[in-house]
Amino acid sequence: MSSSWSWYIIILTVVFTIGITWLLLANARKTPKGTAAQDTGHVWDEDLTELNNPLPRWWFLLFLLTILFTGLYLALYPGLGTFDGKLGWSSTAQANAELDETQAKLESLYAGFRDKPLAELAADPAAVKVGRNVFANNCAACHGTDARGAKDYPNLVDGDWLYGGDADTVLASVLAGRHGLMPPMIATLPGNGVEEVAHYVLGLSGLDHDARLAGEGKAKFEAVCAACHGVDGKGMHALGAPNLTDDIWLHGQGSVATIRDAITYGRSGTMPAWEPIIGKDRARLAVAWLLAQGKADATPPEPPPSAGSAP
Amino acid sequence: MISHATIEKNVGLMAVLIVVAIAVGGLVEIVPLMFQAQTVQPAPGVKPYSPLRLAGRDVYVSEGCYGCHSQMVRTLASEKLRYGDYSVAGESVYDRPFQWGSKRTGPDLARVGGRYSDDWHREHLKNPRNVVPESNMPGYPWLTQELVDPTLIEHKMRMLAKLGHPYTEADYAKVKDEVTGQTRMDALVAYLQGLGKFDKEAAP
Repeated sequence: MSSSWSWYIIILTVVFTIGITWLLLANARKTPKGTAAQDTGHVWDEDLTELNNPLPRWWFLLFLLTILFTGLYLALYPGLGTFDGKLGWSSTAQANAELDETQAKLESLYAGFRDKPLAELAADPAAVKVGRNVFANNCAACHGTDARGAKDYPNLVDGDWLYGGDADTVLASVLAGRHGLMPPMIATLPGNGVEEVAHYVLGLSGLDHDARLAGEGKAKFEAVCAACHGVDGKGMHALGAPNLTDDIWLHGQGSVATIRDAITYGRSGTMPAWEPIIGKDRARLAVAWLLAQGKADATPPEPPPSAGSAP
Repeated sequence: MISHATIEKNVGLMAVLIVVAIAVGGLVEIVPLMFQAQTVQPAPGVKPYSPLRLAGRDVYVSEGCYGCHSQMVRTLASEKLRYGDYSVAGESVYDRPFQWGSKRTGPDLARVGGRYSDDWHREHLKNPRNVVPESNMPGYPWLTQELVDPTLIEHKMRMLAKLGHPYTEADYAKVKDEVTGQTRMDALVAYLQGLGKFDKEAAP
């Protein structure tokens, strides 16, 4: 605020406070004892008049007190233009102090969880309870309050994972987000290829399909789709390529139409990165809650037997 | 000296004096606010809306989203934890009208940008129950049926420039490219995805 506006406020405030005080004092008078009550001298409707009694004492004193309060308040708190008040109080500082206080409480809460591995957190009812709230506030919009997902948004408690279900991988998905992308494959499947592969994929999950078309599609699947989904169609966690053999469908129920759409137009799905929004502490708690739902695998996968010498 | 009787018997004089008495509060408390830096200057990093987001903002207002959603994170710990940093006046200098409020049938949207994917917003706006079964928000499927009019948006930007929004000729030149062919749904999603996404560390 410029100093001219500051002075504008100061002068107006002071002038009107003095004006009010003058008005009050100018109208304060006592009725001399024994005199008859006066009227205002205003007569209407022929004979109606109004008594002009003095201000009641208690009311007059209360008014004086409010004026006194004005002076004290303006001396102690910000109000007179840019003058900060003797107490140095500000609404911003108070708000920040309150927020800092909460932050400190949370910090002590999170500090207790920070060094524990996710598997241990999942077994800690206190951590799981906080994690449930974090999940409900942030993750449930897509994955549902029960974590069972929706069409296009993965079910997190069915044991089927696009990127892997061990705790650290799930946490990595939350922190950095994921962008699942299947390009349109129609150009690589000329003729009746899309239809044939769609039937073959239905067959992988043991659903009703046309065996003749599926037979034609097998070789095409192995040549084109296997790059991401694997020759056996079991998918690949590194790429987020779904397992096509478990009758779990992300983009609608398993049907020729859904699969045909996926192959023709491709699919894409985005999970935003949550670390910048909720931070690592809260993300870990949300994952802990998810692990406690029993379907995610809290222990890191056993290294394959042949990997003994690997770093 | 004007006596009680004089004032009481002159309606015109009394009206003038009443207006003066009421105006004092406004003169001191409201008028200086209109010239105060923190309410008329953008917060660090806050920029005027891009053409598409400006169009989206119009959709937001015309569909009455403000009836249920505010865009004002209050200075309460619970709100800061749920939504992010509390809102400041300088964030809303390019909002005409601003979207502050306390009517929250739905969540506050001041920090919603980037929290969900574009696809999620489209699906959710079409029919919220498709992604959030508990939602009581109405669907807005018709938003995909109408295109944004670039001429109107350019006209609006030139109008806003007169009110002090720093749009330049270069900005007007971009309108056609950015907005042509976009549906009202696209515009609204672009608007929502930008909410709260200004760079606080940016030089003012």
